[in-house]
Amino acid sequence: MAYINLPEGLPGIRGPMAFRPETAKPLNLLAEILLRDDNNTLTRGERELIGTYVSHLNDCFFCQNAHSGLAQHYLQCDTDTVDAIVHDPEHADLSSKMKALLGIAAAVHKGGKYVKPEHIERAKMEGASDVEIHDTVLIAAAFCMFNRYVDGLGTWAPADRTFYVNRGPARAEEGYANYSPHH
Amino acid sequence: MAHIKLPDGVPGVRSLAMFRPDTGKHLYDLVQVLLRGQSPLSPAERELIASHVSAGNNCRFCTDSHAAAARELYGEMSRIVDCAIHGGDTSLLTEKMRALLVIAGKVRENGKKVRPEHIEAARNAGANDRDIHDTVLIAATFSMFNRYVDGLATLTPTDDAIYAEMGKRLAIQGYVPPEPSGV
Repeated sequence: MAYINLPEGLPGIRGPMAFRPETAKPLNLLAEILLRDDNNTLTRGERELIGTYVSHLNDCFFCQNAHSGLAQHYLQCDTDTVDAIVHDPEHADLSSKMKALLGIAAAVHKGGKYVKPEHIERAKMEGASDVEIHDTVLIAAAFCMFNRYVDGLGTWAPADRTFYVNRGPARAEEGYANYSPHH
Repeated sequence: MAHIKLPDGVPGVRSLAMFRPDTGKHLYDLVQVLLRGQSPLSPAERELIASHVSAGNNCRFCTDSHAAAARELYGEMSRIVDCAIHGGDTSLLTEKMRALLVIAGKVRENGKKVRPEHIEAARNAGANDRDIHDTVLIAATFSMFNRYVDGLATLTPTDDAIYAEMGKRLAIQGYVPPEPSGV
């Protein structure tokens, strides 16, 4: 049971968002522009991977599975593939640029000051632009927020991982901005 | 020097909102509603939570700008801010605020560190669902901002007077996004 009285039957972040819609609105608009806006040189799949990875590092079950489901949809891959990426990105089947960006995300997860010039240099050498580096840091930072919101209120999450995979296509279509927690 | 090319001489999150106004807008909107919108916690109390979390995350820009805002908002009671953030002395705080700061500190570490006993202590001290929700979300949000601001190595002023000015502006005007840099 959650630590506060949330509306019934809403998993993960949905309960808190239904509890307080005025804060949910900018949170969802932020997610929409960061993760789903196609005017971005990082693909939706790549950005969802960053979110999934950071959620995995923060050990947030709901978030890592929800975003893995989306990543699998966009990248047309399966749970095992995304699991392999988040467990060991350096040896996964990823572009060198993505490996560098996930290195930055891992540092952000520990704390802003853990991002060192070497992380940035590596990303730039692999062709990452300033905007891509900015977005990687902000996505990683934002998931450090979302993960804490979800777990800090003791929300519940469906334990069956296939739930999130099955929901992937619908969630990809629906997006974040028009998101209704009651869906 | 910042990790990406940001507007010269502009500090902290402001430089980032100028670099990427479309994400900056939602970040400012979030903080405005979170720290100034309707809540059982006063703006002063909410700024204190923000500053406390930022101090725990070692982010000087965020700690000092929100401490300055808290001082302005606490007015005659401004001594409370330094005691709670730098001195560790929480005796000037209400029992409820003390319990909520404990929760905020746990959220800062990881959402899962919040345990039922922390919630119970807050409830015994008179905290309701909204107090707890807002505390968790503020702590989560600043866990994001601290990482964003330091993760890109934005400019951190070292002059206390600059933060004092920021505090006045934040107390009076709230959170208004800057004009885009047009770079």
